[in-house]
Amino acid sequence: MKCDVCKEAEATVHLTQIVSGAMQKIDLCETCAKAKGVSDPTGFSLADLLLGLGQEGSTSSASLVAEMRCPGCGMTQTDFKKSGRLGCSQCYDTFVDGLAPLLKSMHKGEQHIGKTPPGHSENMAFAERLKVLRRDLDHAIKSEHFETAAELRDRIKKLEQESRAKIKT
Amino acid sequence: MPKSKPEHIPSGPPTPGELPDNIVISSRVRLARNLQGHPFPGWAKKPDRLRIVEVVRPIVQETSDMEGGFSETMDNLSAIEKQVLVERHLISREHAAKNVGSAIVINRAGTLAVMINEEDHMRMQAIMPGFHLHQVYQLIDQLDSKLGAKLPFAFSPKLGFLTACPTNVGTGMRASAMIHLPALVLTDHINKIVQAVNKLGLAVRGLYGEGTEALGNLFQISNQTTLGEKESDILDRLVKVIAEIVKHEQNARLTLLEKNPRMVYDHVGRAYGILANAQTITSKETMNLLSMLSLGIDLGLFDELTHAMVDQLFMDTQPAHLQRNHNNQKMAAEDRDGLRADYIRAKLLGIKRPKFAPIPKKTQDDKEESK
Repeated sequence: MKCDVCKEAEATVHLTQIVSGAMQKIDLCETCAKAKGVSDPTGFSLADLLLGLGQEGSTSSASLVAEMRCPGCGMTQTDFKKSGRLGCSQCYDTFVDGLAPLLKSMHKGEQHIGKTPPGHSENMAFAERLKVLRRDLDHAIKSEHFETAAELRDRIKKLEQESRAKIKT
Repeated sequence: MPKSKPEHIPSGPPTPGELPDNIVISSRVRLARNLQGHPFPGWAKKPDRLRIVEVVRPIVQETSDMEGGFSETMDNLSAIEKQVLVERHLISREHAAKNVGSAIVINRAGTLAVMINEEDHMRMQAIMPGFHLHQVYQLIDQLDSKLGAKLPFAFSPKLGFLTACPTNVGTGMRASAMIHLPALVLTDHINKIVQAVNKLGLAVRGLYGEGTEALGNLFQISNQTTLGEKESDILDRLVKVIAEIVKHEQNARLTLLEKNPRMVYDHVGRAYGILANAQTITSKETMNLLSMLSLGIDLGLFDELTHAMVDQLFMDTQPAHLQRNHNNQKMAAEDRDGLRADYIRAKLLGIKRPKFAPIPKKTQDDKEESK
């Protein structure tokens, strides 16, 4: 398992934290764990760490994680930290790793089930959802998470059937 | 085509004067929407923001809903005009602070308003007096669908509508009701209620939303989460909780009348006494005392006074309304307080003082109990 921060060294420090009832996991190599000051796991939040919002003191971490910049609007994680607002809709893709646990902790679910805009036809929504699921499935198979893969396969099947039923009616 | 002269600022939603009891004052739903491929207003440069207004404003104006309405860019409104719109709950305080590169479109009835370039490219709201969250949602949902058919909204099948703040992502919906809870405040039960509501994942805020004080015993209850739940489910949840709070308020009123009528009568009587006689009065004191008059009406203590009159006083005595109706000049706070007191005294001239039912003498048993 690779370290979540430098994505290079082997992870040896494994942390799990419950944030608002949702479990968050992070795997770090020894160097990154030290750099992030992970000695007291209760003293910081994983969401902060993942988003690069850690304590100001750990400046050395800045050099470890090359600062990601949104290709859509040029916003960096530091900018987001300052304002608490994202720069453009593409930021949700750019900062997905950091945002996912944050969204999980602040909302009821992780999947939108409300209104779809009329411009965004239902078939298009289906197609995109399928695309995402298929990508996740590939990822699950490659990383040998077979239980997840089986679950994803079933969801894809179900969605395909639903999509076909919708087109008929 | 909407007129764009400041004199035509719509009068805001109609007042709920006719309702049997005035606990739920108004229902409001707002949706946050952004355009694909454009930076959000807070991050965008001025030309980007101007471009958004140029594209969005005509499309909003041209909807049938906005016929005969009001449309203006924020730099063309004076500070007083902006504040009038805030007091009518037609724009946010944040939007009132905007200038070049932001705009506002409001329908004729004052029930629909679209803020362009507030925190998101579009913040559209529907607001109506009374407790009608589902109907209010339908109103804004229709406008949203019309706009969504013409404008490419930033939307992802996984995260829903994409918003500048991650707290709004998903439905982009914030539904809220303004409720008047004087008895829960007088009986000191309000903190318990606020805590319970917070535990249910709903937010309680003051008169003008986030970070504002609960003036005049008015509270805004709204949903806090926007992702992973359907709009109708969020509304159902909110309606249930609000209906429950209304019951608590009604019970608290009955309990007060039964256990401590002297205290309630004292509050209503003093409120009338001060409002009908004061020579100088702040906006905050006015709101709190008008809240007591409103309670007095619900308890049947006034013959002539109506909720519509109290609501009118509530609106007209707020700083921007007061100045707008008086030469449209910016005034010092002291001068405003004098003018406000004059205005209220004049309005209450024909209103007879409250009629109190005789307070039953405490029996020996009651005295024993209170020991």
